[in-house]
Order: sequence, then structure tokens, then C-alpha cells
Amino acid sequence: MKASSQWLLEIHKPGRTLRLGGDWRIDHAAALQRTLDDCSEDFSGLDGTDIAALDAAGAFLLLEFARRCGVDAEAIKLEARQRELLFAVARSQEIEEPGADSDGPLWRRGLARLGGAVLALKVNTFRLLGFLGLALATLAATVLRPGRWRVTATVHHMQQSGLDALPLVSLLSFLVGAVIAFLGATVLRDFGAELFVVDLTTYAFLREFGVLLTAILLAGRTASAFAAQIGTMKSREEIDAIRTLGQDPIVLLVLPRLLALLIMLPLLSVVATLAGLLGGLTVAVFNLGIPTDLFISRVQETATLSHYLTGLSKAPIFAMVIALVGCLEGFKVAGTAQSVGERTTSAVVQSISLVIIIDALAAVFFMEMGW
Amino acid sequence: MSEAVIRVRGLKTQFGTQVVHEDLDLDVQRGEILGVVGGSGTGKSVLMRAILGLLSPHAGSVDVLGETVTGRRDPVKLRRRTGVLFQDGALFSSLTVLENVEVPLKEHFPELSAQLRGDLARLRLRLVGLAPGTGAKLPSELSGGMRKRAGLARALAMDPELLFLDEPTAGLDPIGAADFDELLKTLQQALGLTVFLITHDLDTLYAICDRIAVLGKGRILTVGTREEVEDFDDDWIRDYFHGPRARSARAAQRRGGD
Repeated sequence: MKASSQWLLEIHKPGRTLRLGGDWRIDHAAALQRTLDDCSEDFSGLDGTDIAALDAAGAFLLLEFARRCGVDAEAIKLEARQRELLFAVARSQEIEEPGADSDGPLWRRGLARLGGAVLALKVNTFRLLGFLGLALATLAATVLRPGRWRVTATVHHMQQSGLDALPLVSLLSFLVGAVIAFLGATVLRDFGAELFVVDLTTYAFLREFGVLLTAILLAGRTASAFAAQIGTMKSREEIDAIRTLGQDPIVLLVLPRLLALLIMLPLLSVVATLAGLLGGLTVAVFNLGIPTDLFISRVQETATLSHYLTGLSKAPIFAMVIALVGCLEGFKVAGTAQSVGERTTSAVVQSISLVIIIDALAAVFFMEMGW
Repeated sequence: MSEAVIRVRGLKTQFGTQVVHEDLDLDVQRGEILGVVGGSGTGKSVLMRAILGLLSPHAGSVDVLGETVTGRRDPVKLRRRTGVLFQDGALFSSLTVLENVEVPLKEHFPELSAQLRGDLARLRLRLVGLAPGTGAKLPSELSGGMRKRAGLARALAMDPELLFLDEPTAGLDPIGAADFDELLKTLQQALGLTVFLITHDLDTLYAICDRIAVLGKGRILTVGTREEVEDFDDDWIRDYFHGPRARSARAAQRRGGD
């Protein structure tokens, strides 16, 4: 028996039996494997009675070696306890591994990924449209039955996603308004037409930025919150509980959020427009030397109701997109906490992308129509 | 058989002003399965974390496999010789099951060839009775019982001498739990493991534990064979071992033993 702290593999060949000894534990697995690989002769028997220590890794290597030499596992001489271990490992090895299904070459996997992505996009679009229909149908069925209105929940979400976002929306719109004024000023100064900074800011905020900024902010802030709230409920089976209690999760969870955004997003975008104009005003007064009353009268000349309505008409659409994507992603959560995280991310990405895409399409449409 | 693998002396742990353990002594002998029981909040998991060196106690000493754990920053050597199964497996969610089992091998035995490392990892998966092909799956695709088996495979990856199990059968159905008990016993005998097992499951306790330690009032109330512990004079122990659930577990054990 050798000291177990010492690594040893002894190969003696009296007759045609190979004698093995030393420490057959995982600490020496790599060296063991090298030695065994170098040993290519055939033996009729294996004698492992000198093996000082054996663990599952060693037993595995011993079995592999025995198989290569054509020696039966039963025929390996070992101490009783080590035999038990060897047989336990041998038994587990008998289970057949299924043939590893190869993924094919790289180009095929790439193609498969592309196909998967296209299919997922199609399924996702259908689901979103289906969810839109479901929400609208439920809304129509609920409107006439005030008993089913969830006023408290709606007001709660109006506060959370509307009122609480007010400081952030106004601050960011103010800053963007200031930046636009600066940008305009640098270009227009060359022509001595700094006054047109007012037109630029007014146009930008009335038609585009008031609504767009608000929508992007709410997509990040509210769509993620909706997805996380509903997702957490889904993963804790609360949604199922709602169903088994005979209530409709759409009425209970989706409609209050949808209505809250439908009311609050247009209101917030009014504030955002005002804040943006204020930003422009600040730059105009302090940097360009345009007096306040001139700025205001210029705004009054430029701003027409049709501009503003053009801008504001997008607000309900954005509200609907943000609320529905957020809620739908929440409902898609399956099982674990990890899924909640993934869905929340997906909700933000989808709603921001959709908001910008819809805004671009609308801009082209309004331009063609000459509105 | 009287060699103590884990040796806890005068252990005191506390969180803020709340004292969890006070003057706690415990020995775990080589080759035994020690079951640790105790009511909720008696600090079973905290004790395990203290022994593993995951939290440093306020006072007292912990020796594991002849090395002192307390006061050491990270007992790397010990990590190679101990395996831990956490409550829900604690598998790394971004890796496949096979990669999970390979993690400790990669960390501690970087000299192994990729082929051998894969073979050894697959061997553990087979030893814990996971169906072939499970290795390629992600932990989220497994059932609770399979996650525990995969966690056990990872804990066994380095052929540890000492295995820590935190409620291995919690959340499993009775049949799955009984299978897991049998698996533990088989592996323990085949690999010659010493097992520190936290459990609430009376069936597990009766089926596979050599000795039982009862935790309560911040210390080990009593430790010994099942018969010795059952006769100990304490309200909680009486309720625990002589309640209706204990009676049926005992009956099942007797039927299984005959």
C-alpha cells in the first residue's frame, strides 16, 4: 500500500497481468489519463489491489482503460469497497447516451436563427394585434356597465404613471427645448435670422417632440413597470387565482392601466410642450437677446391649432401601444424570476421601437396630406 | 470511525442584537450521515453557512477536515474537498446542466483535457440518475426534482469527502423524495461520503440518517441515534418525534425495513 498523498502508477508485467497502484483520485486524473493513454499493449488481467485511494473519477478512468484493453470490469482485482464504487460507476455507464443531434454547419444554424426570428416576429405581431382586439372588445363591453369599472385602480395608475412622471417629463422636455434652440441658433445666426429659432422650437414641440418625448419616457418608465407588475403576479399564479375567482384579468388589470395612460399621456404631452417652449424661451432670452414678449407673440403667430392637433392626435395611439405592450409582456411571463426580467426588458425595447416607428410613419403621412 | 470531520466549538453567531447560536458544540464523524433538525428560525442554514465559512461567527471555532475555517478569508483547499447542495440546487441559470457540473472541475483542475472533463461531468449526471440528454438543457427547463439532482451532481463533481445538503427533499413529491433518499444513501456508501444534512423531512431522517442533531435555543439540544434523540426530554423534540407525522414515518420505515 502506497502513501495516498503521493501519486504513483506502477505498471508491472508478471505474466500478462498489469498491476496498478498509487493514488487514483481526481487530483491526479490528468496525469493518470496521460499514462494510461501511453500504455497501448494488451493485457489479460488488471490487478488494482495496490491502489491506495480510488474515487469516482479514478474509477471512470480505470473502467475506460479496462474496456480498451478488453478486460471485463468484473475481472479487475480490487479491494472490496473500491469494487463497490467501481460497479456503481459501471452501472451508471450502462445507460445509453442518445446520439447527439448535430446542429449542422454554421451557415445552417445562422439560417435557422434568422428563420426563428422571422417566425417569432410574426407570432409576436399577431399576439399584439389579438391582444389589442381583446382589450378593445372588453373595453366596449365594460363601458356600458359602470358596475364593472375599476375607478380606484384607474386613478391609482393615473397617479403612478402620470402625475409621478410629471417632474421628469417637464425637466427633460425643458432641456431638449433648450438644446433645439441652441442648435437652431448656431445655424440661423449665419443668416442673421436668429428670430426663426422661435419658429423652429414651436414647430418641433407642437408637432413632434411634445408627444414623442413623453411617449418615449413613459415607454421606459411605465411599460416596464406594467410588465414587471403583471409578470410578478403571473409567476406567483395570481392571474390564475383571479380567473378561478370568476374575474377577468383584462378588466381587472389591463383596462385600468390602458385608461390611465389614455388620459395621462395627452395631458403630460401638453406639459412637455409647454416645458419645451420654456426651454427655448430661456435660451432665446439669455443667449440670443430675443425679448420675452417678442418670443411669445412670435409663438402665437406660428402656432396654429391644426399643428397642435396633428401632434396630439398621436398621443392616444402611443398610450395604447405602451399600455398594451407592457401588459402583454407581463402576461407572457412563464415561471421564474428570470423570465420577469426578460419580459420587462422586451416590453421597453418593443414599446420604444413601436413608438418611434409609428411616429415616423405618421410624419410621412401628415406631410403627404399637407396637414 | 471516531475521527471528527467537522468540529464546532463554542460557536456564537448573531445578526444585530439577535443571537442565533450561543456556545454551540458539534462533531460530525467520518463516514456518517448526520441529520440536522430544528424548528423554523433555529439557525440550521446559518450553522451550515458558518461551517462552510460563508459567514464568520462572533466567537468560537470551526474545524473542517482538520483545517480551521474560522478567521480564514477563503479556505480554497477545503472547497476542493467539500460539496454543497443548496435548497433549490442554485444552478447557474445561464449555463447548461453539463456546464454547471464542469464549473468546479474547470476551476480546480484546469489541467484536465476538455474531453475528460466532459466525461467526468457526464459521469456525475449518470451517477445521480439524470436521464441521458439532460446535460444539454438549461436549468430553467428542468423540474424541481431534476434541478436538485443536477445540483447534487455539481456538488459531487470533485469527489468530495464531505457533502452538505440543505433540505434536499423539500418541495419534492413523496415518491421523488424517497428516490432522492435512496440515491443519497447509495452514493454515500459507494463514495464513502460524510454527509451533513439539514432536513424537515421525517422520512429522510428515518430512512438514511445515522445520527440526528436537534437544534434549539441557540445550541444543539441533543445529538445521537434516533432512539437516543427520541427519548430526550424536551417539548419540541417530543412533539416532533412523537406527533402523528413521525408515527407514520416510523411505520413506513418499519414496513420498508422488513
